[in-house]
Amino acid sequence: MRADFVAREVFTGLRRNVTMTIAMVLTTAISLGLVGTGLLAVRTIDRTEELYSDRVEVQVALTADVSASDTDCTQAICAAVKSRLEGTQGVESVRFENQQSAYERYQKLFAGQTLADLVRPQSLPATLRVRLSDQAAGAQAVRQAMTDQVGVHNVIDQRDVVSKLFDFLGGVRNVTFALALVQAIAALLLISNTVQVSAFTRRTEVGVMRLVGATRWYTQLPFLIEAVVTGVIGALIAVGGLITGKFLFIDSLLSGIVSNGVVPPIEIADIIWVSPILVMIGAGIAAITGYITLRLYVRL
Amino acid sequence: MIRLERVTKLYKTSTRPALDRVSVNVERGEFVFLIGPSGSGKSTFLRLLLREDVPTKGNIFVSDLNVAKLPRRRVPRLRQRIGCVFQDFRLLPNKTVGGNVAFALEVIGKPSSTVRKVVPEVLELVGLEGKADRMPHELSGGEQQRVAMARAFVNRPLVLIADEPTGNLDPDTSQDIMLLLERINRTGTTVLMATHDHSIVDSMRRRVVELHMGQVVRDESRAVYGVGR
Ligand SMILES: Nc1ncnc2c1ncn2[C@@H]1O[C@H](COP(=O)(O)OP(=O)(O)O)[C@@H](O)[C@H]1O
Ligand SMILES: [Mg+2]
Repeated sequence: MRADFVAREVFTGLRRNVTMTIAMVLTTAISLGLVGTGLLAVRTIDRTEELYSDRVEVQVALTADVSASDTDCTQAICAAVKSRLEGTQGVESVRFENQQSAYERYQKLFAGQTLADLVRPQSLPATLRVRLSDQAAGAQAVRQAMTDQVGVHNVIDQRDVVSKLFDFLGGVRNVTFALALVQAIAALLLISNTVQVSAFTRRTEVGVMRLVGATRWYTQLPFLIEAVVTGVIGALIAVGGLITGKFLFIDSLLSGIVSNGVVPPIEIADIIWVSPILVMIGAGIAAITGYITLRLYVRL
Repeated sequence: MIRLERVTKLYKTSTRPALDRVSVNVERGEFVFLIGPSGSGKSTFLRLLLREDVPTKGNIFVSDLNVAKLPRRRVPRLRQRIGCVFQDFRLLPNKTVGGNVAFALEVIGKPSSTVRKVVPEVLELVGLEGKADRMPHELSGGEQQRVAMARAFVNRPLVLIADEPTGNLDPDTSQDIMLLLERINRTGTTVLMATHDHSIVDSMRRRVVELHMGQVVRDESRAVYGVGR
């Protein structure tokens, strides 16, 4: 196989149908961008679920001064809050987490990510973590017990945040996958059409190739590679789009829950995890569509 | 080198066979004219040799290959042993003369060192030295046919097939093309040429296989076109 020959044929082919090529690249890019968004949503859902599966708690955050002064919940204010919680209906156990251990857990949770470097121990509140025996009514009882309680900053029922988040992420995933499917159909038809046009514009070349005894690989490979190249370029544009999207929208959209520590943020690393998948999908679908088109519609 | 055994070709769309029980044997190095009026089956004969189509009945052998039974993936091997030229030249208009000839080697995977060496040689053989960088439209019809012949011959085929190669050319130019075919034939290449040009056949005095309505009506060595049929 002469690589330089195939490369030249592919290049002329792409240039000759340049408007078609661009349409194909853009459609593929949008489709794969949506697939990528869906995959990121799935990944975030998985991670968040993992994070919360065995420790959904009601979190009673203490005020900054209490958090700073009391490291083991032996001082009056914290002890009062703790015993009040333990006496509340539907509570199974109460555990104290001071600033330092909150900081350490945070560091572990976001190991290797930029957030880990930004946070200081004193910026995290000490918390009383309440496990419920009564999942249905316990949270409400705790909330009531903590209203106007001295030393309490706020009460967060993690399940509220988490279920809203799961709803949101699940919705994002479903919508993007549905759009991705529609776009993918458009991309498939475009790829198939482009291969046919490409084969038609090169019918003289292909005729000569057949005549002088070129093998199927030589006659078909340029068309397949052409399709695959546009698929891969589409995937790369999609990855670029995801990175841009992360900085422009996702970061600000999720900033509230991310800084609360209830959901892992979407990191560049996640997009890097998604990109080879997108490239493979792009290249694979283009190759398969191209191959089937050549088989069905083009006599080479 | 080429053997047809009672070959019949019936196109689906017609009632009369395009070839009717044709048996012909061509030895290595022969020069054979395939003659007959338009529609007598000459092109069909050549297309079957190239496995552009398969016979309805009968066997075809080209060197050691059983053409009609050749599996698809072996067809390129057959075609690499047969060079062919046509009335309409079939050059690639966007490639230079040299590029057209090189293309035939590139697409069968010949290394570029071979291409660089062989293309100028064959261009010289067909009398186009110094015209490698011209585009096909800058050439006369005769020169374009020479390019086509260079392309057909550059891979040193065992057989050269020419389907009315002089059909678009004036008599003088045709004569030049015939000289070139003779030269190629002298290298040991078997040449099979379809034509209905009397004067060419008469002047060459080679073996003549005459077709009429798909049947071989004459097979004669050192022959002329003949009259009256
Ligand atoms: N692809 C085809 N389909 C149907 N009939 C064909 C086809 N090619 C040739 N024929 C018929 O076969 C006969 C022989 O044609 P052809 O081999 O082209 O003759 P020649 O080259 O001697 O003019 C003609 O009657 C022609 O109409
Ligand atoms: Mg003909």
